[in-house]
Amino acid sequence: MLEINGQTIAFFVFSVFILGGALGVVTSHNLIHSALYLILSLFGVAGFFVLLSAPFLAAVQVLVYIGAIAILIIFSVMLTRSMTALRQVRNQQWWLALPVVVLLFALLAVGVILPVWGAEGLIGSEPVSDIVATTADLGVALVDGNQYVLPFEVASVLLTAAMIGAIVVARDDE
Amino acid sequence: METQCIDIVNTLAACLVAGGADPNLANFLSILMGVVLVATLPLVTVILLIWVERKVAARIQDRIGPNRVGPYGLLQPVADALKMLTKEDITPAGADRFIYNLAPIIAFAMIILMWAVIPFSPVHVGADLSIGILYFIALGSIGTVKVMVGGWSSNNKYALLGAFRTIALLLSYEVPLILALLVPVLMTGTMSLQDITFAQGGMWFIVTAPLAALIFLIANQAETGRAPFDLIEAESELIAGYNIEYSGFKFGMFMAGEFLHVFTVAVLFSVLFLGGWWGPGVEQAPALGFIYLGAKTALVYLALLWVRNTLPRFRVDQVMALNWKVMVPGAIAVLLAQALALRVIDALGLTPVRGGFVESLPQTVILLGVNLVLVFLFLNQVRRQGRRQRAADLAVVGETRPVVSVPAGD
Amino acid sequence: MIPLWMFLLVAAALFCIGAYGVLSRRNAIAILMGVELMLNAVNINLVAFWRYLTPLNMSGQAFAAFVFVVAAAEAAIGLAIIIAVYRNRRSVVVEDVNLLKW
Repeated sequence: MLEINGQTIAFFVFSVFILGGALGVVTSHNLIHSALYLILSLFGVAGFFVLLSAPFLAAVQVLVYIGAIAILIIFSVMLTRSMTALRQVRNQQWWLALPVVVLLFALLAVGVILPVWGAEGLIGSEPVSDIVATTADLGVALVDGNQYVLPFEVASVLLTAAMIGAIVVARDDE
Repeated sequence: METQCIDIVNTLAACLVAGGADPNLANFLSILMGVVLVATLPLVTVILLIWVERKVAARIQDRIGPNRVGPYGLLQPVADALKMLTKEDITPAGADRFIYNLAPIIAFAMIILMWAVIPFSPVHVGADLSIGILYFIALGSIGTVKVMVGGWSSNNKYALLGAFRTIALLLSYEVPLILALLVPVLMTGTMSLQDITFAQGGMWFIVTAPLAALIFLIANQAETGRAPFDLIEAESELIAGYNIEYSGFKFGMFMAGEFLHVFTVAVLFSVLFLGGWWGPGVEQAPALGFIYLGAKTALVYLALLWVRNTLPRFRVDQVMALNWKVMVPGAIAVLLAQALALRVIDALGLTPVRGGFVESLPQTVILLGVNLVLVFLFLNQVRRQGRRQRAADLAVVGETRPVVSVPAGD
Repeated sequence: MIPLWMFLLVAAALFCIGAYGVLSRRNAIAILMGVELMLNAVNINLVAFWRYLTPLNMSGQAFAAFVFVVAAAEAAIGLAIIIAVYRNRRSVVVEDVNLLKW
């Protein structure tokens, strides 16, 4: 069905990183280990972006998620001292959450993904074309008046507001 | 893919196929050879770097340096490696073993990965990524993970505090670094390092963007944790910062990683601003590119060592003030001014099309003028900031008093 | 080439694992990590659809870039709030933040 070439091997390796890391995040008893599993998972997602011909997004994923957000999470774990040997990992409703989540996955897989894009010959078994727009096109799309310049500017305002808000909320009232 | 088997060095895959190997396997082996070569180059270099570092530091400090092991002390790195290999492998009690051992590996791996995108000659480059500069920045930001993990897993309060200070420094100085790196991207319209080197055929970028080069060097001096920004390590004060609890070969990997990081910064500076492998006769004989790049890198590395061994250390609040009040506004100003100047040059029709030396002269003169004005303003701002800081410090201390007071009646 | 549904399946699995993390953990920071996993699943979906169906129109990558921005802003504010709550209540377990509960 699938020819065993470099891409397939890379896909399976990165899938293992992603799903293994995610399972480690939600089940680990040590919060620092959870954060490190999160870094593993994010690294796998960056690998997926490379497989999907989006190198710019892969580099930004490493830069923003691993280099900033994961560090932020580790910092706050260290500043709120309840990290190692959590007394109880799961809350009172986990027995309800688990079947709901499994049901959601089954619904998505069987009800949505496989019927529309799953069978051979339907749309999506092969990419439409191998000609891919480049990073320069992304740059143009973000500042072009007909494309995404307005969300781009709003995103900068959002980041400024988030920065100021985070400083104000987390500041020590002296 | 129908290349002929010309010689074993340049067309390894074709020769293997001609010898009867499977094409996929031949391709894989040839890529593997390339990876091994590109990864071995920094590893071999770090051996030499340990010797250079200690000898130059010694000479600047008016002493001789290692001269016992081998001629001129050249075998000193071997002695150092042997010493570190035979030391006891201590893990502190209560430390998290797996991530304690992971931190030096991440430290070293991250630096070697940076060498994948460096163009050594017009035809030799590990992987000519279209996002070369962004790749370098992303690897730099993984460096903060190693600090955090190393500081935390040592199970030591002081290592943790050292790690916090280090990360504050590293994250702050990434901002002017990225802004300064955008200037060569602005001038060539591409993030690929090989294309940026090709674009410097007319004039090196250090002449057309000197302020961006200066900000790049200063920000990298902070990123690698070298003096005057070595409050990370502060060998005479804090013991060793986040790598207090590391000893033996793991500490050796941290140290070797730091030396190699400085060398990699020097290589990148040569590629981005000093014209990389450009030199007389390099188009006909591409192997000369290695020599030119090596010579430029050696010059920049010696200059960085000179700075490291001369300047005293900053305080942590001075470092932060320097970054947010001087470097970030300076970097933003240089980016805006460079973009504006390039637009004006484009409108005047002076953009060099083919990139010869004479043809790029008008653009060079205009950009150099803009940059010199900005350098003047930048240094003015630094001087004003320094004066304000000194006045604030004096207001706290009071009048300067004589150090030794003469006792009465003696 | 890998068929599209395999990418979508991995993204759906990641989303569901993240949802389980949000719904069943007691520590506020662990819940935030689950949210980050869900946002990453969305990103994989966006980029996979972009690559397989419309590789010439940059909408997919632009959307993914905006998801990055929103995720970063949300992580920063969320952690600031968690630290502020910790300073007042000395605990980051979400069940202990119950002053408004009936």
